[in-house]
Amino acid sequence: MSITPALAIDALGHRFGPRRVLKDVSFSIAPGDFTVLLGLNGAGKTTLFSLATRLYAQSEGTIRIFGMDIRERMLECLRQMGIVFQLPTLDLDLTVEQNLYYHCALHGLSRRDATRRIAAEIERVGLVEQRRDKTRQLSGGQRRRIEIARALLHQPRLLLLDEPTVGLDIASRQFMLDHVRRLCRDEGLAALWATHLIDEVGEGARVVVLHKGEVLADGAAAQLLGQMRASSMRAVFETLVQEREAA
Amino acid sequence: MRPIHYLRCFFGIAMREWLRFLNQRGRFFSALVRPLVWLAIFATGFHFVLGVSIIPPYETYVPYSVYIAPGLIAMILMFNGMLSSLSMVYDREMGSMRILMVSPLPRWFLLTAKLLAGVIVSVLQAYAFLAIALIWEIEPPWFGYLAVLPALILSGLMLGALGLLLSSAIRQLENFASVMNFVIFPMFFASSALYPLWHVKEASLLLYDICEINPFTHAVELIRFALYGQLEPVSAVVLVAATAIFLTLAVYGYDPAKGLMARRAAE
Repeated sequence: MSITPALAIDALGHRFGPRRVLKDVSFSIAPGDFTVLLGLNGAGKTTLFSLATRLYAQSEGTIRIFGMDIRERMLECLRQMGIVFQLPTLDLDLTVEQNLYYHCALHGLSRRDATRRIAAEIERVGLVEQRRDKTRQLSGGQRRRIEIARALLHQPRLLLLDEPTVGLDIASRQFMLDHVRRLCRDEGLAALWATHLIDEVGEGARVVVLHKGEVLADGAAAQLLGQMRASSMRAVFETLVQEREAA
Repeated sequence: MRPIHYLRCFFGIAMREWLRFLNQRGRFFSALVRPLVWLAIFATGFHFVLGVSIIPPYETYVPYSVYIAPGLIAMILMFNGMLSSLSMVYDREMGSMRILMVSPLPRWFLLTAKLLAGVIVSVLQAYAFLAIALIWEIEPPWFGYLAVLPALILSGLMLGALGLLLSSAIRQLENFASVMNFVIFPMFFASSALYPLWHVKEASLLLYDICEINPFTHAVELIRFALYGQLEPVSAVVLVAATAIFLTLAVYGYDPAKGLMARRAAE
């Protein structure tokens, strides 16, 4: 029996006026998968996220979350998704806890459940002592950790992260990567990690290469390295882009 | 999602609005100072210039300060409604509007909840103004303080819904500032807030007609009559209709498939 993918994108396309920003994009993520969506700035990653979260209306192709078409069952799909946006989305005038309670309320959680889950999630990201601080006082890395903690409060089964490590130092980046990989491995969470930083692909990761709105490659990093006889993911990426540009 | 989830969501949105309000005390004071300046200076200055004859709901000649008090209360509601929508523009630019929009509750509910949360804060400010206005002997009967509550809520909803509609159509803060000039001031001056409409009618029939169809006039009149325990039915109907129209258009504006968000993304 086949497993229903956490996220299945099929023939997805999108235009901004005459400009085509996504073209025939198809890939899927199984529960427990950590998948890197690799692409330069402007590749279409954020557009793809905006379509998957229904911030933009979708016109071409389908997006299914655990088998449900987002156009038909959007609210149910949103319940299954945790999202970390590229732009910071914390309210800087509120404390860490106030931001997190707000998110819980938006998902209809009771105060008791919210308190329990907030305590658990801020402990996992190591920010218990800062819980009553205004988020304005936190560093960029700490704010990002809080955004991950927040995305997990309603216990989603699919986590979407759009450039979550941009502007962070090496230690914070590593923490974020390790944290999300651990969630995938230990809790069966499916994660789509969009980035333009090639070194975030890591060994054993699955990677989808997106360039100018098209998928150039989709597979395990090790498999792509073998197929292209390349020594690094950077070489794989550069070769794929050059081939595409030449075509 | 059951009704309890909706209730929790509304409570969360209202709580956030309240916390933001507490964090921005300057907003509270400026929202109060503005009408108080009108009351203390403008109304005093114009006391002998503008005579107000006996018109309903007043049973006797009233000082000019008493006449303009309902207009100043409506001014508080209007500025708050617009500021609340200003915060929507700000929220959207800062990204936290996205957090609201990806909640698994229907968008119409999220926007209405946001609107209602703003109105609660506005109503508290209106009562604070009424308390301070006692210094200028603006003393409606005690039941007027109760009767005015639904009028304040309905007026607040209408003005908030208008602000919400504007915020769905505006992309940047600078544009919003110009809308403040093109919406707030014309609405305020082309209304019965500062002068009775029969005065306006004597001066210009066209301006009188504009004042008559201005929903802000009806907010002012609903509040004015309610302060004396009376219902102004035409104003109530106009406000309900205007609220429904503005809110429907705002929800449409925030719908990714149909409204302005999609068009904006395409630009």
